[in-house]
Amino acid sequence: MKAVLGIPLAFLKLFYQSVYLALGQIWANKARSVLTTTGIVIGVASVTSVIAALTGLKANVLSNFESLGTNKIFISPHWPREGRFKNASWRLIRFRPEVFEGLRDRCPSIDDYTLMTERSETVHYGVYDIDSARIYGINPSWHRIENRSVIMGRPFTLMDEENGWQVCLITPKVRDELRMDRNCIGKRIVVGQRSFTIVGVVEQRVESSMFGGMGSSQEVFIPFPTAWKLWGPWTWMYAIASCRKPELSAEAQAELRFFLRRARRLGPGDPDTFRLEVIEEYLRQFNTVAQTTTAIAGGVVGISLLVGGIGIMNIMLVSVSERTREIGLRKAVGARPSAILFQFLVESVVLCLFGGLIGAGFGQALTGLIAKIPNASLDKAYIPLWALGLSFGFAAATGVFFGMFPAIKAARLDPIEALRHE
Amino acid sequence: MPTPHNKVVIRLDNVTRVYKVGVERIHALDGINLELRQNEYVAVMGPSGSGKSTLMNLLGCLDRCTSGVYELDGYDTTRLGAGGLAHIRNTRIGFVFQSFELMGRSSALKNVEMPLIYSRDGWWSRHKRARHMLERVGLGDRVKHRPNQLSGGEKQRVAIARALVCNPSILLADEPTGNLDSKTSEDILALFDQLHTEGQTIVLVTHEESVARHAKRVIRMMDGRIFSDLSSEEDQARRAAMAEHFGEVSK
Repeated sequence: MKAVLGIPLAFLKLFYQSVYLALGQIWANKARSVLTTTGIVIGVASVTSVIAALTGLKANVLSNFESLGTNKIFISPHWPREGRFKNASWRLIRFRPEVFEGLRDRCPSIDDYTLMTERSETVHYGVYDIDSARIYGINPSWHRIENRSVIMGRPFTLMDEENGWQVCLITPKVRDELRMDRNCIGKRIVVGQRSFTIVGVVEQRVESSMFGGMGSSQEVFIPFPTAWKLWGPWTWMYAIASCRKPELSAEAQAELRFFLRRARRLGPGDPDTFRLEVIEEYLRQFNTVAQTTTAIAGGVVGISLLVGGIGIMNIMLVSVSERTREIGLRKAVGARPSAILFQFLVESVVLCLFGGLIGAGFGQALTGLIAKIPNASLDKAYIPLWALGLSFGFAAATGVFFGMFPAIKAARLDPIEALRHE
Repeated sequence: MPTPHNKVVIRLDNVTRVYKVGVERIHALDGINLELRQNEYVAVMGPSGSGKSTLMNLLGCLDRCTSGVYELDGYDTTRLGAGGLAHIRNTRIGFVFQSFELMGRSSALKNVEMPLIYSRDGWWSRHKRARHMLERVGLGDRVKHRPNQLSGGEKQRVAIARALVCNPSILLADEPTGNLDSKTSEDILALFDQLHTEGQTIVLVTHEESVARHAKRVIRMMDGRIFSDLSSEEDQARRAAMAEHFGEVSK
């Protein structure tokens, strides 16, 4: 039993004695130790803060994507890269509302869909105007798909759609910019050259710092049939469908594809003349990019750890040569070579870990600063635990790697020669 | 029947040590036979280059002999590796150096504790043993002092305490009074005498006759060989006879 316990116990004692000696040595050379670890401090601080910044960016993008909705499928016309539709005219490629008839029956995974069309127009109300408001043609199902309900007035009805009435919904922002009363229902505004009656106010779009520029929040909505009637059959139209559950996304896409190919009368060899896009697809792409960026940034700042490691090695070599006599003495009183090796190795590792600790502190402070940079959308920056572990691991590995050579040098010293040194 | 006082501590059997310098072979030790018993107090003397330092290194297990057998406490040390020799040095040998070799940044207590770190004593046992040893050499009130706050004699006392803290079979002192004035030297030698009466086996390397006079046995070396191995009184008598013979005045 004693023999079984003996080996790990002896190792533990060796470790304990080395840590004890190393800490004593570091404490005895305070100023030098601090200067030596500067490289590691900077390395760890930059690694952790860069990773924190990237993590923050990612968290921000993710939340933006989520606000866009993850179970939406965008359906738009698309020229295939090959096949007989490669150079087909717009007449053949464009969507028409008829194409989507019967979609709800044919695609059981699809919860709902809305036809969409959009363009920019000038909006007037009295003397006030908005230069380029975004005008959308929508179906009533749009509210549910986009999760933006009518906060005042009413949504479009079947009557509006059937008759192609010139009614519209506006956002609070449009109302405010046109200096209308809070209750603007029934007022008439001029969109393009035509007059529209306001029937309701729609919730403002969720402000996303990332995609804020993608669409302005000055939005006016009109019934899709009205838009189609006004803007003609050549205009760009697309559709947004939502699936019943996010997990059904792949099935829903397959059903849509089958349905659309049939509706557009594509032969078995023809490529799709439309495109199905899912937010998750972009998310996946973004994740790949983010990972690559993290790896590259990590690699680049890892170089500073390398430089720090060389600093450690340098100071350890100096330490070995100036303590040659001490090493000789220690050997004379019974230090085994392994004890000397361990002492110096532990000293360099402890130095590095000490640097890592300070570096992590600095990194935390830097992260705090980064998170406060305005308009950089990094407010969610934080140091993930794995980054902390990684940089500590790297610091320790640096200590072992660069401490090994001086430690071996010390362990191999001949005690007689070492005691005669100087 | 071996009694504690005639147990053999050190036995050297035809030991040689050969250095190679280029193609030349230098016989630093050339066939040494020696037996030291417990509680002996031996002075090793000889001019420089006579091999007394090499003998010292060998006895201290810092070096290995080229041929021959070195038995310490009945163990053959010739076949031991670096780790084994380190263990022997730690448990059976105490060194005292001419230049003290204390660690300047550490207190007297820490200096004395140092060998105990390598014998893997616990913190409390280290502290207790080191303190006890410092009291034994008369430095009970100087434990917290650093070497630069101590006088030369006190430094050497700390070094002696360090050498003895592991309770070694043999105390090896290499010119222990070389860096001390005559008054302090006498104090240190008195301490050695006291240790001797307490039962410590001591080997002292010196070239001062006044120091050697404290020993009970004097070994004189020349060209890597022992040319005289006499008790202190016989040695004195022979020196006196030689001085008379050559008409010289003893140094």
